[in-house]
Amino acid sequence: MDLKVNDYTTDDGLTVITVEGEIDVYTAPRLREKLIDLVNKGKFHLLVDMEKVEFLDSTGLGVLVGGLKRVRAHDGSLELVCTQERILKIFRITGLTKVFGIHDSIAEAEEKRKGAK
Amino acid sequence: MGPVELTFSALPAHVRTARLIVTAVARRSGVAEALLDEVRLAVGEACSRAVEAHQRHCPDEPVRLELSGTGRRFEVTVSDTVPSEDAGRGLPAEPNGLEYALGDGTADLGLAVISGLADDVEISTTPKGVQIRMSWPAEEGVPPQS
Repeated sequence: MDLKVNDYTTDDGLTVITVEGEIDVYTAPRLREKLIDLVNKGKFHLLVDMEKVEFLDSTGLGVLVGGLKRVRAHDGSLELVCTQERILKIFRITGLTKVFGIHDSIAEAEEKRKGAK
Repeated sequence: MGPVELTFSALPAHVRTARLIVTAVARRSGVAEALLDEVRLAVGEACSRAVEAHQRHCPDEPVRLELSGTGRRFEVTVSDTVPSEDAGRGLPAEPNGLEYALGDGTADLGLAVISGLADDVEISTTPKGVQIRMSWPAEEGVPPQS
């Protein structure tokens, strides 16, 4: 199972990263490279869309935490879109629901971002 | 159901294969469908941890997985061969920059996920390596399917 990672940046400066497939010890480096690449390109406000993620383990969590550390160093943000209970459960078990902003949809994340400005 | 034993090279690509096998054997052993996700994730975490430990200390040694569905429990044991004095808490504390720091954090998260998901967990550290034994309830007498 391949991991597909795509991204686009909205007019508002929010970079949406859509991830599809299984994020584990084998595929997580690809997501890590993408996050590092985006930060290196000056994209510091990231939204990772997890709706098509079929599997996530702690390696994937580690990559997301690493991405968060990187963007925070530039006063940026890394938030998530996720409504899948099986994925949310992993964030809850590890206490990471307190670390990441988690939204129900990209639209909701964009709205909150506009509201916070 | 009789035991299934699996050894695999310490390669990240094999962890997914191990997860698929474990899920199949767990289903056949009578583990409820609702628990299969937890089995898959917890065993995957244990295998990832073992693969990463082997890659740092003994990349040529295989990781060992034992599955047994005796009685009313489905039991999984993941064993590595990283000696405990090297493994410490399963993690080396080498300050090798950000990637290493993240790796350490990830492994801690892995143990948190395992203990959050497995019904019963026992981690034993011996001079020969670390063993993570997990088990879940299983129904008895599930007829074999062709």
